[in-house]
Amino acid sequence: MNLRRDVFQAIADPTRRAILLLVASQAMTAGAIASNFDTARPTVSKHLQILTECELLKQEQSGREVHYHINAKKMKEVADFIEPFRQMWDERFNILETIMKNYKPKE
Amino acid sequence: MEQKTKIDAQDGQQDLLITREFELPLELLFKAYMEPEIVEQWMGTKVLKLENKKHGGYQFETTDPKGNKHRFNGAIHEFSLNQKITRTFEMENTPFGVQLEILEFEQLTSNTSKLNMHVIYESAAKRNQVLQLPFAQGINMAHNRIQDILNKLK
Repeated sequence: MNLRRDVFQAIADPTRRAILLLVASQAMTAGAIASNFDTARPTVSKHLQILTECELLKQEQSGREVHYHINAKKMKEVADFIEPFRQMWDERFNILETIMKNYKPKE
Repeated sequence: MEQKTKIDAQDGQQDLLITREFELPLELLFKAYMEPEIVEQWMGTKVLKLENKKHGGYQFETTDPKGNKHRFNGAIHEFSLNQKITRTFEMENTPFGVQLEILEFEQLTSNTSKLNMHVIYESAAKRNQVLQLPFAQGINMAHNRIQDILNKLK
């Protein structure tokens, strides 16, 4: 499966949020991350794949090992997760303002 | 450019505050919440019922691009003309629970006004779920709608 992943879908999962918290403190290998969870290793790999696909994590090769890093820029976008909701209300209120500026009372 | 609509949502809290200043006299702003046909236009919903009074209720219905109908309803607890509306809000057939909405309308100048909308959810988790709903589509629909409405006003 190689669908373009949605960031919000990615962080909706509690295990993936836990992974992000873990990696936020220091870059880690997949094995080190997996050792923090009771979940089966392939399941953790799948979570890492999803987090990498939606760019919340970055992979970096160091020698023979691959370390996972937090992508701070993308995390900032997630911190702004309220933005779509704000825009929705902003649009509604813009429409309200436009309508009422043109409002003419009924005779 | 300064954002007209502001949202204050503190981490771990179960409520949020939406504030907006309008270039409208207070009475016109409030009217936009009173008249069903105006509510329909700016909320982008069909108004099935709107009883603006204490112990009144309301029910709205939207149709998504796939043609599915979604209903919203609530009970009105306080309705003070040009001042305040206290009501509940619920999306039918969703797990988001009931939210309490306290809307306060404020006159700034004779031509400007302000809305403070305090929304309280059942829990912090429910609040965050609602905030993460896929709103992007709704935003595009709103863009199209504003154009339709402007065309009608010509």
